[in-house]
Amino acid sequence: MLMRRVFSKPERWRIYKVRILDEMDRLGVSSIGLVALLSLFMGAVICLQTATNLDSPLIPMSLVGYATRESVILELAPTMLCLILAGKVGSSIASELGSMRVTEQIDALDIMGVNSASYLILPKLIAAVVFFPFLIIISMILGIFGGYIVSVGTGILELQDYLDGIHMEFKVFHIVYGLIKTLFFAAIITTVSAYYGYTVKGGSLEVGRNSTKGVVGSSILILIFNYLLTQIMLI
Amino acid sequence: MIELKDIFKSFDKMMITKGVSASFEKGKVTQIIGKSGSGKSVLIKCVIGLYPPDSGSILYNGKDYTEMLSEERTEIRKKIGMLFQASALFDSLTVLENVMFPLTMFTEFSKAEMKDRAIECLEKVNIIDKGHLYPAETSGGMQKRIAIARAIAMKPEYLFADEPNSGLDPQTAIVIDNLIQEITQELNTTTVVVTHDMNSVMEVADKIIFIHEGEKWWEGNREELIHTDNQELQDFVYASKFMKRLRQTLMKGGLS
Repeated sequence: MLMRRVFSKPERWRIYKVRILDEMDRLGVSSIGLVALLSLFMGAVICLQTATNLDSPLIPMSLVGYATRESVILELAPTMLCLILAGKVGSSIASELGSMRVTEQIDALDIMGVNSASYLILPKLIAAVVFFPFLIIISMILGIFGGYIVSVGTGILELQDYLDGIHMEFKVFHIVYGLIKTLFFAAIITTVSAYYGYTVKGGSLEVGRNSTKGVVGSSILILIFNYLLTQIMLI
Repeated sequence: MIELKDIFKSFDKMMITKGVSASFEKGKVTQIIGKSGSGKSVLIKCVIGLYPPDSGSILYNGKDYTEMLSEERTEIRKKIGMLFQASALFDSLTVLENVMFPLTMFTEFSKAEMKDRAIECLEKVNIIDKGHLYPAETSGGMQKRIAIARAIAMKPEYLFADEPNSGLDPQTAIVIDNLIQEITQELNTTTVVVTHDMNSVMEVADKIIFIHEGEKWWEGNREELIHTDNQELQDFVYASKFMKRLRQTLMKGGLS
């Protein structure tokens, strides 16, 4: 029901375009710092852990680079990052809409004749679906770069071994798979959080509760969809 | 003109509004009074379409709102100006952007024309050079006035206000009342105000409707309110000893 209102014809596309750019800035650009930091450290830790656990002389050290690349591209960047974004972006969306609901700002939009569901939720959804893949690409690059820093900085493995591993059996489809998952996760984060925010009843306590429900709900759905999409696309 | 016929509204099997019928005339201020929880706000929210009534008709110039198509309802809503209890200004927009908002959504005005109209509305409510501020940076009274400016930006045919004086000092409350009255006369709007504030009722009400336990208990004008022998209404209006003494004085013709 809510989604039908969200996807009904917008009153003014011109205004929606401005709102989409604004939401890209608020939901996406403002998350770049967090994404960069997390990705660097995740890549570095994966590289370290893999290197310290490969102690057989029969296994080439280039597998460290390979394992880092595959872990980052297939799982850490799209899934872990989106779970973290579900916390940051999802709670922000749910609490923003919830506060607007309890302070009657959504009622004010409805009374003016504005389709409040579409005006408030659609730009967030489009912004997330368009911008999150860029965040995940940044995350993939920086995750692999984090491993590179470890190999150069700690000397735990030869730089050439790491670079060989990065180039080993590279499949472009794995990046496509990661980005397709991201599109689904972006839609899940915005719609689930928006639903819980938009339908708040009561006061500020309910805003907090629904904000938490939004994060938990979208995280669970991300995990379920992660499994289903992997089953469909990789098996 | 707006007519209500037998409006019933319930939430979770609890009947809030019980068959209210009333009419709100053009160019007049109708004030709906009643205790907290008597169903006044629910009634007004049914009238503006926020809550669909369980049964009954809401006629806008003879046309039933409850039977209108979605597009027709949107057209009616564009003619409505609403002043909420908590002002309901958009936090993320400046004062000027708040007032310009309905114009950007529904008119073909150029940006300069919208800005001129918004400034004109803000000046009408005596807010000058504050357009750059955000609502959180203004006082409660100022927020109410900004909300009035936003409500009149589209030159509405119908103006609704839900407890516009709540949380305001008596002087600011009178300013708000006078603004509502001026706008009603100037734009010839059908104005409906839900209030607890008896000062406001005695100041600007052309017609008063008393809601008691979800039913319309009494209807009349200010003069009739003073002389009413309706016990529930007397208990509500003259709740304090001061008001009781004031009424006795008025009845004796002690005050003009």
